[in-house]
Amino acid sequence: MSEAEIVAGILWLALTAYAVLAGADFGGGVWDLLAKGARARDQRRAVAEAMGPVWEANHVWLIFMIVGLFTGFPAAFGILSMALYLPFTIALVGIVLRGAAFAFRAHGREAVGDASAWGVAFGAASVIAPFFMAAGAAAVASGAIHVSGGRLVSGFEAGWATPYGALVGLFALAMCAYLAATYLTVETEGTPLESDFRRRAAAAGLVAGAAAIASLLVAPFAAPSLAGSLFGRGLPLLILALVNGPIALVAVWRSRPRIARFAVALQVTFVLWAWAVGQWPHLVPPDMTIADAAAPDATLTPLLVVIGIGMLLLLPSLWLLFRVFKARNPAAIY
Amino acid sequence: MCESSVGDGGAIRGMDNVTLARATMGTSLGFHIVFAVLGVGLPLLMMVAEGLWLKTKDDVWLSLAQRWSKAFGILFAVGAVSGTALSFELGLLWPRFMAFSGAIFGLPFSAEGFAFFIEAIFLGLYLYGWNRLSPVAHWLASIPIAVSGALSAVFVVMANAWMNSPSGFHLDSAGRLLDVDPLAAALNASTPTEDPHMLVSAYVVTGFLVAAVYAVGLLRRHEDQLHRRGLILGMAMAAVAIVLAGITGDTSARFIYQAQPAKFAAMEGLYQTVRGAPIHLGGIPIDSQHRVVGAIEIPDLLSLLAALDPNAEVRGLDTFPSNDRPNTIAVHLSFDAMVGFGILIGLAAALFWLLCIRRRRIPMWRPLLWLIVVSGPASVVAMEAGWFVTEFGRQPWIVYGILRTSEAATTAPALGPTFLVFFAIYIGLALTTARLLLLQARRNRAAA
Repeated sequence: MSEAEIVAGILWLALTAYAVLAGADFGGGVWDLLAKGARARDQRRAVAEAMGPVWEANHVWLIFMIVGLFTGFPAAFGILSMALYLPFTIALVGIVLRGAAFAFRAHGREAVGDASAWGVAFGAASVIAPFFMAAGAAAVASGAIHVSGGRLVSGFEAGWATPYGALVGLFALAMCAYLAATYLTVETEGTPLESDFRRRAAAAGLVAGAAAIASLLVAPFAAPSLAGSLFGRGLPLLILALVNGPIALVAVWRSRPRIARFAVALQVTFVLWAWAVGQWPHLVPPDMTIADAAAPDATLTPLLVVIGIGMLLLLPSLWLLFRVFKARNPAAIY
Repeated sequence: MCESSVGDGGAIRGMDNVTLARATMGTSLGFHIVFAVLGVGLPLLMMVAEGLWLKTKDDVWLSLAQRWSKAFGILFAVGAVSGTALSFELGLLWPRFMAFSGAIFGLPFSAEGFAFFIEAIFLGLYLYGWNRLSPVAHWLASIPIAVSGALSAVFVVMANAWMNSPSGFHLDSAGRLLDVDPLAAALNASTPTEDPHMLVSAYVVTGFLVAAVYAVGLLRRHEDQLHRRGLILGMAMAAVAIVLAGITGDTSARFIYQAQPAKFAAMEGLYQTVRGAPIHLGGIPIDSQHRVVGAIEIPDLLSLLAALDPNAEVRGLDTFPSNDRPNTIAVHLSFDAMVGFGILIGLAAALFWLLCIRRRRIPMWRPLLWLIVVSGPASVVAMEAGWFVTEFGRQPWIVYGILRTSEAATTAPALGPTFLVFFAIYIGLALTTARLLLLQARRNRAAA
């Protein structure tokens, strides 16, 4: 493997961590927005307690990906920033509002209540951000972004402002909600909230499953190159996802929260890696490969050194964070 | 009759992408930098206060650390999301700049990513760990926050310094990158002067803002130990840092005299190349008349300060083609604002510590407390003005001498709405942050 491929693999791992961890934080916002029934307040509090100590650290995976992408693959960063200017800007608005609103609510509850503008912004922004990030990802995965002579030639709407982009956005949003509700069944184990979140997890899981199957079925027509990836080199991982999906749902439904948490997180991982392996060695298919977009080795080598040293500091710190705040859940996989 | 294009957003629609991208980036940076400097300085104060509590078992120190921790919970989150906006906007607004520069100056950004990671992780432990960690473990968690906060600033400013002194690469005749050396880029010629100056400025602003908060309380006759110690800690940080800011600012200016003569000439509003150049205090530079109107002129001082020689030659703006000059008014007035407010707050700190030492207690002289209250916002203005000097002074270049800002902006549509949306968001964030911090202060008083 070349250094560029190693860096690309690391960035994809970071994307996986972001999806599995921060995805659940966005999903928490979804359940905050949809909280209802006699325990609506308690549901919101459970979301806030679960997110409080960890959401900022989870969010940094996104920063890591961005700086890693522009250092390691500056050409791809430039092209993606152009092609996805609109969805990324909208997602960014969501990211900014979500984070600020969460902190305002957590540290100023008397002034910024659940029903205040910021209270609602937390949930609404948690819907917007993953939806538009995933719509942007759909543009990449479906090979809609075309580059010629280093210039973007496919315009600013290609691949995401389409029904297929919306379908993938919906799938990602449902996965976030699914992750969150499943994690929350572990966090609230043994309380009445557990069954609230179990039902929500099952509902989100069904929506996500339906969206996944729909997007697979229409992929050959709407996104042929993605279909080629998933049914080609990505097929083994796709099959794993198709097998694991029902297992996860059954574990949710049968109240096996720890197994369910593991299986749902694994589901996200299978989907992301089926996509990655499927489009390998392209970074922005069909015109830009990992090698095309890569910085020179003179940059990649020190970047790998920085990442290595950084991980030596980061991973024990992350372990400590989750150990302190998720210690009720010794089987925690994150 | 109604065909005039004046209407809602008409002015915005008339602006080109470069102007809109600069407006959006400038707004984002100007907003973020206030939270960023508090993210550098406040953890250090929290660490000191909590450490003093562990050492003395005096609960006043603990109260200070806890109050700062609560405020920091909001400030850090706003800083984190506005910093995220910036990392996106680097690409969204300046895709050609990033495609060109990423491989050269990305390394310090990557290191900054890890510093931010560590800061966020230990902040989670710190904010939510008051009851879960032992007192010593909790205090220990503040150390990585303070250290990585400072390192974040150091790494990010390295990248900005590279934009001022691009190095660590060559370009062939076709404009392709050769011989990329990211380490040399990170340690470019501007780094040794720009980095320390920004870092100490972060402590200047934090120190004066914290001191101003407690000076307000003391003026309202809350003359308890907590307010006195809050004031003392803030003024201690402020006093040390403002001296260092003066020293590092001086070396920065002399470096710019050597390395970026156009920026230096604009800072001083110097149009003609002369020996024994004067300093212009205040005044409005008028490009068409090649002079500064209404300034106080001190002969030879600029040459003396720049080169330690009253007869040294200083290059004037007229020697640069007009499309290679920065905006003289913006740079000159920003520079004078930075220096002027810097001197004002420096005098406030000097007066405070002089009276402290002479009277062997904290001075409660109301005019001095008022001066400290004013010094809080004045330190923010000085810091922002300094940032304006760096950024406006580098123009028209985004990478000095290599890539023009006008060539780097995106061609994407809808930059006008982007600017308006983010402008509105930052106003909303600022207002709510202020409202919640005031609420915390009221709650603290009620609990005391």
